[in-house]
Amino acid sequence: MAELTLPLPAARPAATPEPVIELTGVRKTYRTGTVEFEALRGVDLRIDAGEYVAVMGPSGSGKSTLMNVLGCLDVATQGTYRLAGEDVGELDETDLADIRNRRIGFVFQQFHLLPSLSAWRNVELPLVYGHVPAAERRARAVAAMERVGLGDRLDNRPGELSGGQQQRVAVARALVGEPALLLADEPTGNLDSVSTRDVLALFDELHAQGRTIVLITHEEDVARRAQRVVRVFDGLVRTDGDPR
Amino acid sequence: MTWTETLRTGWAAIRTHVMRSTLTVLGILIGIAAVILTVGLGLGTQKDVSDQISALGSDLLIVRPGSSTDSSGMRGGFGSGTTLTRADAEALASPVNAPDIAGVAAEKSTGASLEAGETNWSTQVVGTTPEWLDVRGRTVAQGSFFTADDEASGAAVVVLGPETAEELFGTTRVVGQTVTVDGTDLQVVGVLAAEGASGESDLDDVAVVPMSTAADTLVGGADRNAVSTIYVQAASSDRLSAAYQEAEQLLLNLHGIDDPDAADFTINSQDALVSTATAVYRTLTVLLTGIAALSLLVGGIGVMNIMLVSVTERTREIGLRKALGAPPWAIRRQFLVEAGVLGLAGGVLGAVLGIVGARVLPGLLDTTVVVSGAAVAGSVLVALVIGLVFGVYPATRAARLAPIDALRAE
Repeated sequence: MAELTLPLPAARPAATPEPVIELTGVRKTYRTGTVEFEALRGVDLRIDAGEYVAVMGPSGSGKSTLMNVLGCLDVATQGTYRLAGEDVGELDETDLADIRNRRIGFVFQQFHLLPSLSAWRNVELPLVYGHVPAAERRARAVAAMERVGLGDRLDNRPGELSGGQQQRVAVARALVGEPALLLADEPTGNLDSVSTRDVLALFDELHAQGRTIVLITHEEDVARRAQRVVRVFDGLVRTDGDPR
Repeated sequence: MTWTETLRTGWAAIRTHVMRSTLTVLGILIGIAAVILTVGLGLGTQKDVSDQISALGSDLLIVRPGSSTDSSGMRGGFGSGTTLTRADAEALASPVNAPDIAGVAAEKSTGASLEAGETNWSTQVVGTTPEWLDVRGRTVAQGSFFTADDEASGAAVVVLGPETAEELFGTTRVVGQTVTVDGTDLQVVGVLAAEGASGESDLDDVAVVPMSTAADTLVGGADRNAVSTIYVQAASSDRLSAAYQEAEQLLLNLHGIDDPDAADFTINSQDALVSTATAVYRTLTVLLTGIAALSLLVGGIGVMNIMLVSVTERTREIGLRKALGAPPWAIRRQFLVEAGVLGLAGGVLGAVLGIVGARVLPGLLDTTVVVSGAAVAGSVLVALVIGLVFGVYPATRAARLAPIDALRAE
C-alpha cells in the first residue's frame, strides 16, 4: 500500500529543471460572425517543474483563454504548446481528453463536484476515465482524501460539506491522477476567508512537496503566496517575476 | 470507462429523476403492450376463424347459385337467384357422373319465426335431405335425424339446433315437442349436437326440416325445386380438386353453358374460405399493429425529448467529465446507455403488461389472444432499439459539447 499513498515524493526540483509548460508565440483568435477577436496575441511562457505560478490580469485580458489553452480545454490558433514535453497543438478531442486525464488536475472556482456522488466517488472520477481498476481507484481516492484532511468524509455527498471542504475534495480529485500540472482557476473565489486560508495552505504544502501549480486569480494577496506572478494584459504577458 | 461503470452511471441518472423516467418508460410501455395485444388478438382471431371453418371439413365444396364474377348484369349475384335445383343435386350425387363425390346435400333455407307456446324465436330454417348430417359433419345429441321416408312424404318434423331448442324451450330435451312455423305445426324429432359459430353463421341456431316439407309448406313459391346451397363432399381431401372439376363440368352441362366464365353458379372450397377470411384478418391485424406501432414512435420521441432535457440539465456535468478526461465516445455511450435502459425498461414492462392483458382479455371480449414468444422477444428488442435510435441525437449533442462552454453553463 505504501506506494499508493499520496503525497508523493517530494520530487524536489532537479538541478536543471524540466519545463512542464512551454508556450511559444501562442495566438488565439475567436470569430463571431465576421468579427474577429484576438484573445492571445503571441504569448511565450515557460513554467518549470515544481514552480508555483500565479497568473493575474483584469477581465478581458486573455487570462481565461490562457487558462483554457494551458488546460487543453481549448487549442491555440497559432504557436506551439508543449505540455510535459508533448506537443498538444495537433491533437483531436479524444487525444486532448487523454492528455487532460493524465497530465492535468483541475480545481475550479465553482468546485464542480457531482452532487449525486459521494466525496470519494467524485475523487475517483479521473481514474475511471483513466481505466484504473476499481480496487486501486478506491485506494488512491481514499489516500487523496486523507491527503487533503478529509479522510473522515469519504461517503458524504458534496451537499453535506462546507464550501472549504468541497474545494478540498476538488483538490483531492485534481491530485488523484498524479498529474504533472495542478491548474487552479480562482480556487478561492467562492470561499470565505477561513476556507481561503485553508485551501491556500494546502497549495503551499503541495508546492513544498514539489508539485507544479498554476493558479489563476485576480486577488493580489492570493497571488503573493506564489513564487512567481505572470501578469496578462491585452492578450500578452506583460510582467513576469517575483510577486513581492 | 467500463460498461459496468457506464451502466451504473446511467442507472444513477435515471434514478435521480424517478417521476420523469417513469413517465418516459410509460410511453414505451404502452406502445409495446398495445403491439403485443393487437398482434395477439389478430393471430387469435385468425386462428379462431380457420379452426371454425376447418371444423366443417376440408373435403367440402359449396355450390351457390349466381356468380361473383358476373359481368352481364342480368343474373343475380353470388348467393342469390334460383339457378340451382334439386335435380342438380341429384345429378351430382350420381357415382357414375361424379365418381370423386362421396356425398351431396342440398339446402333450401329461409329465415323464419318459430313458435313454441308463448315463446317465439327467429332463426334460419333449412330444408334438406338426410345426407345433410354426414356431409355437414354434424351429429344428433337427442332423438334422431329425419329419415328418407320423412323426406319423401313431406313429414311435418323438425330437428333443432341446441341453441334454438334452448331459446324456445329453455332446455335441449325437447324431442316430441311441437314448434309452429308459419302456421304449420312441426314435431321435434331430434336436437343437433353443439358445434359453435362458423365464420358466416351460428351453426347451433338452426331448424332443419325435410326438403319437401320446406318446399311445400314453408318456402313455397313458384320455384319449389330451387335450392340455395348444395354441399358437395369429396371422397377424400386429396380428391377435392377432382370433385371440383366434376361438379363444375356436370353443372355446366346441365345448365347448357359452354363458357365456364359464364357459369350461373359458384363453387367454393373450405380452403378458399379459410384463405379469404385469413387474408381479411391479416390485413386488419397489420392495420391495427401499424396504429400501435405509431404509439411506439410517440414513445420514442418521448425518450428523445427527455434525453435532450437531461443533456441540457447536465451540461456542466458533461463539461466536468470532459475536463477530467472523458473522451467524446464515453459521453456518447453514457447517454446512449441511459436511453437504451429507458427503452428496455419500457419494453420489458410493456411485455409483462401485454402478457397479463392476453390472459385477461379473452375472458372480457370472448376472443382468443395468441401471444407468441417471438412477438414478445421481438417487442422487447424493438423497444431497446427505439431507445437507442432516439438516444443517438441527444447523445451526439452531449458528446459534441465544447468542455469550456459546458463548464460555464448555468
